[in-house]
Amino acid sequence: MSAARDQILGSIRKSLGRGPVEGEAAAGLHQRLATPARNLIPDRTAGQDTAGLVGQLVGKLGEAACSVDEVASLAEVPARIAAWLQRENLPARLVQAPALGADSDERLDWTATPTIEVKTGTADGSEDTSVTPVFAAVAETGTLMLLSDATTPTGLNFLPENHIAVVRRSQVVGPLEDAWSRLRGARTAAGGAVGAGMPRSVNLITGPSRTGDIEQRIQMGAHGPRRLHVIVVDD
Amino acid sequence: MQSTSRSFKQNAHHALQDATLQRALGNIKTGFQEKRRQVIAALPEFEALRDAGRDIKNHTLAHLDFYLERFEENVTAAGGVVHWCRTPAEARETILAICQRRNARTVTKGKSMVAEEIGLNEFLEANAIEPVETDLGEYIIQLRHEPPSHIIAPAIHVTREQIAEDFRRHHTDLDPNRRLEEPRDFTDEARAKLRDRYFQADVGITGANFLIAETGSTVIVTNEGNGDMTQLLGKAHVVVASLEKVVPTLDDAATILRLLARSATGQEMSVYTTFSTGPRRSADLDGPEEFHVVLLDNGRSAMLGTEFQDMLRCIRCAACMNHCPVYAAVGGHAYGWVYPGPMGAVLTPSLIGVEEAGHLPNASTFCGRCESVCPMRIPLPKMMRHYRTREYERGLTSGTVRTGLSLWSFLATRPSLYRFVTGIMARTLGVLGRRAGRFRSLPLAGGWTGVRDMPAPQGRTFHSLWAERRANGRTGA
Repeated sequence: MSAARDQILGSIRKSLGRGPVEGEAAAGLHQRLATPARNLIPDRTAGQDTAGLVGQLVGKLGEAACSVDEVASLAEVPARIAAWLQRENLPARLVQAPALGADSDERLDWTATPTIEVKTGTADGSEDTSVTPVFAAVAETGTLMLLSDATTPTGLNFLPENHIAVVRRSQVVGPLEDAWSRLRGARTAAGGAVGAGMPRSVNLITGPSRTGDIEQRIQMGAHGPRRLHVIVVDD
Repeated sequence: MQSTSRSFKQNAHHALQDATLQRALGNIKTGFQEKRRQVIAALPEFEALRDAGRDIKNHTLAHLDFYLERFEENVTAAGGVVHWCRTPAEARETILAICQRRNARTVTKGKSMVAEEIGLNEFLEANAIEPVETDLGEYIIQLRHEPPSHIIAPAIHVTREQIAEDFRRHHTDLDPNRRLEEPRDFTDEARAKLRDRYFQADVGITGANFLIAETGSTVIVTNEGNGDMTQLLGKAHVVVASLEKVVPTLDDAATILRLLARSATGQEMSVYTTFSTGPRRSADLDGPEEFHVVLLDNGRSAMLGTEFQDMLRCIRCAACMNHCPVYAAVGGHAYGWVYPGPMGAVLTPSLIGVEEAGHLPNASTFCGRCESVCPMRIPLPKMMRHYRTREYERGLTSGTVRTGLSLWSFLATRPSLYRFVTGIMARTLGVLGRRAGRFRSLPLAGGWTGVRDMPAPQGRTFHSLWAERRANGRTGA
């Protein structure tokens, strides 16, 4: 295969009428990758404080067909989830990400909602509802950013019919670029330098799964969740 | 995929006579066009973002070798493998080898136009591996044994009634009298049918909307979530991508993402935008054990440095075909290969040759809507004109057309003669057609009058009307 590699790179250089990029030109390009610059960013989130960003996020989540609940603390989340399941007429059982489990700083305390059957781990396709944290929430477009990790398996984001995402107000950013900055910062802090320390999967999720493949009529729940419920927690 | 682009004219003729197809194509205007218009009106920076997107891609293409090498380094560092493939045959063999090493019997597939380009499904089937398309539109056309007719809505040519027939014919384990009327009925049935297939699959194959040099990530953009299930649940994830999909950084991808969904489906963001980097980490609870990127050239490196380089900026949003009067009239299959519409009319002859696909750059009225909506500002009409020139230079144009063009250029380069001849024609036709107002047939114009009437001229040429108007304007001023 290395013959193909050399030939493709050679063909690119021949078409561009030059040899490999070297010296100062190469240094400039390496610099562009090492310290990524931002391009034009839409004004719509510029200069907003947290309250403004949360307000915009909630509006955009609604446009993307999410339902949204706002609570004052993490302690209130289990009761709100119980109420939502009941309101939506869904079974009283769920699977939560290990990041929300007993050993975590962000643990959800389910003792006051004993009727709900709670499992912790990843999804195997049999669960109706999952509960996950997010890494960031992008107010610009109502987009949630979720990372794969030992405590936040990706299956929870896709396999159950209903996905409940817990967003802390401090996780809300304006444009997508701010979420990238946080990701780069978090990974450098954790000592992961490889490939900007990307996890296996970064999921940007904007609303529940849908398709327009039947005569261009939008239908929810194509393969992923039919419902995406977002709980914004004041922290 | 075998091309039928040579018979574009016959294909188009059949498409125009196909009442079911015409009904299906009728949804494009209210669907794609109107939604795009609304979402763009809500983003004042859209035009400036088009410039930024174009500049990012131009910079990347000018340093494509450099960025591909960085991409490969970072894929390798994350535990993945990049396979460089010059031709569709090399790409097919590479994918087959990965599947065979894993003793794969079924593979699930997310939507990929490059997989169509290399004819992957037929090849896997011939090697006793079952490919299962998981995008709803792709699943429908796989049942129908058809190629996609649109790059983001592959089953746009199919009506609900046809899908109902297909589902009843293939899903024979279900109640034959079940209801299949509303979109929900179809979506639920396909969802249930495909669920098990994800878990059975040995390998999951997806395409890529972007490759990120900075991180070695591949990116897919979907609304259904099928591409995510495909890569999550397969034991190996194979990404098949053409080499111009690379962009330098995550920030560059962010900029182009603002253009992509808006131009494609009229959404601000598609539901799922997923960045995949390497196989599952040792502590991860799920994800594929292997991560491969099959990087395809297939003639693209030779487009660099030519008048067709700009085509490599294309992000496959389909805005050009959604706004094309020719596409709206004949649909995607008439174009005869993988990529239809204006982007296909330029890309197809670049990839499979002007001898095979020379008709396609002629399938344009040069109205220019494709260029005006292209988020990457690709000058599609100009490139179609380049192909028409090439076709003419190589003597691929028919004798009648060549004679006509020679005659026309003889006249057009002699302005007084041109005015004299056209003046006579306009007056004569004006007199002859005065009563009916149109001609049902005209000598030498059978191609036109065979399918529609020719309106009779008013008796004066544009030139003389223009001269008169300018003269009046001066007097009035």
